[in-house]
Amino acid sequence: MRFVDEFRDASTARALAAKISKLCEPGRHYKFMEVCGGHTHTIYKHGLEDYLPDNITLVHGPGCPVCVIPMGRVDDAIHIARQPGVLMTSFGDMMRVPGSDGNFFDSNAAGTNIRMVYSPLDSLKIARQHPDLHVVFMAIGFETTAPSTAMTVLRAAEEGIDNFSVFCNHVTIIPAIKAILDSPDLRLDGFLGPGHVSTVIGCRPYEFIARDHGKPVVVAGFEPLDILQSIYLLMRQLRQGRAEVENQYARVVPWDGNPVALRAINAVMEPRPYFEWRGLGFISHSAMRMRDRYAGLDAERRFDLPGVRVADPKACQCGEVLKGVLKPWECKVFGTACTPETPIGTCMVSPEGACAAYYNFGRFDRRRVREVSRA
Amino acid sequence: MGDRMCLGIPGEIIEIRQDRPDLATVAVSGVKRAINIGLLADDPPLPGDWVLIHVGFALSKIDEDEAAAAMEFLEDIGQSYVDEVAALRESDID
Ligand code: SF4
Repeated sequence: MRFVDEFRDASTARALAAKISKLCEPGRHYKFMEVCGGHTHTIYKHGLEDYLPDNITLVHGPGCPVCVIPMGRVDDAIHIARQPGVLMTSFGDMMRVPGSDGNFFDSNAAGTNIRMVYSPLDSLKIARQHPDLHVVFMAIGFETTAPSTAMTVLRAAEEGIDNFSVFCNHVTIIPAIKAILDSPDLRLDGFLGPGHVSTVIGCRPYEFIARDHGKPVVVAGFEPLDILQSIYLLMRQLRQGRAEVENQYARVVPWDGNPVALRAINAVMEPRPYFEWRGLGFISHSAMRMRDRYAGLDAERRFDLPGVRVADPKACQCGEVLKGVLKPWECKVFGTACTPETPIGTCMVSPEGACAAYYNFGRFDRRRVREVSRA
Repeated sequence: MGDRMCLGIPGEIIEIRQDRPDLATVAVSGVKRAINIGLLADDPPLPGDWVLIHVGFALSKIDEDEAAAAMEFLEDIGQSYVDEVAALRESDID
């Protein structure tokens, strides 16, 4: 357990912070985006921003798969669940995501049967056990979860199960990062790359960020010291005038990712021409749909979907939060009308969402008070 | 249940199922469960190896130190972790 202790050691954290400070050029401000919701969680939980010098700001990116599901897709899911004989399944995170007419719990109160499952394989098992029902799995998530959905589809096809289908909402991280890089209201100095997504896609897909945009990327682990060390590596690159992809989390993330997982995704799914992200709008090639070969297992083809685009609630500023333009507490409804119990926007639903992470840990230190009063 | 789908949980491989080489029994915090190891087919884990489990699938092999660190991180986040293990316990994969 020595390893763990090292990771937790506050004096190591302070030593790292001092090294980071030394790399700061006077008068320069640095903005880094952590793409992954898991990182956001660690940062708030451990108050990591308090360790950093004032001229380094962390902005929270779009890497929370629940947070980016647009209202219209929740409505479509509820529409499917309302069809006779349908049992819908999804991850627990989805249950409280608001659609235009309530969430899955509200929908169940009105008669649908939407159940939480731990794994897509649990859904498939339910389908086997209930040949009289049609079981739909609402698939969400980045490349971390997509291989599991793909493997489940392959298995269903192999077994010839025909009362099972997938409502595919898988999104891909690279187009979202591209959209953020192209967004004029945000100037970033570098990225903390997502840890678990990278176990699947590896580190190469980030190379364009360094090559074409001249910004460093460091794929980071989830421990507080992982994140501080990754910030140190970003700062060192900037200081040395380099822009490269580095892998701080090499103990888990292979440089080339998981080829079996990539093959599975590719066998079952193909990129959609475009997909709407909550708050970010339409992003081309940013999501996956089922290939023709698996049309029979594709809920989008088995059911007629309304596919109506629903605008985000007016009060909701999740788009700004997801792009890192606003800090959670700068949203007007944060903590008042919008709380984890009564989320208006999706960033408040999942504990990985920036608003929920911030709300749950409620850290209000010197610097944030200053930022709040400045806002 | 499963309130943090992004969470990966470390588990120790106890045995590989004879009849189904893509399934393994893992131990996570004293809970024994079947998980799918098909995504590690290029370099299958052996009993005693640690893997990172994500929604019922082993996503990568990790070393024991990493497992311990991840575990402590998870226990530290409290309820989400309890929920995740409870969800895994209820999960019924084959
Ligand atoms: S406080 Fe609520 S509405 Fe505002 S950005 Fe956060 S989740 Fe969205």
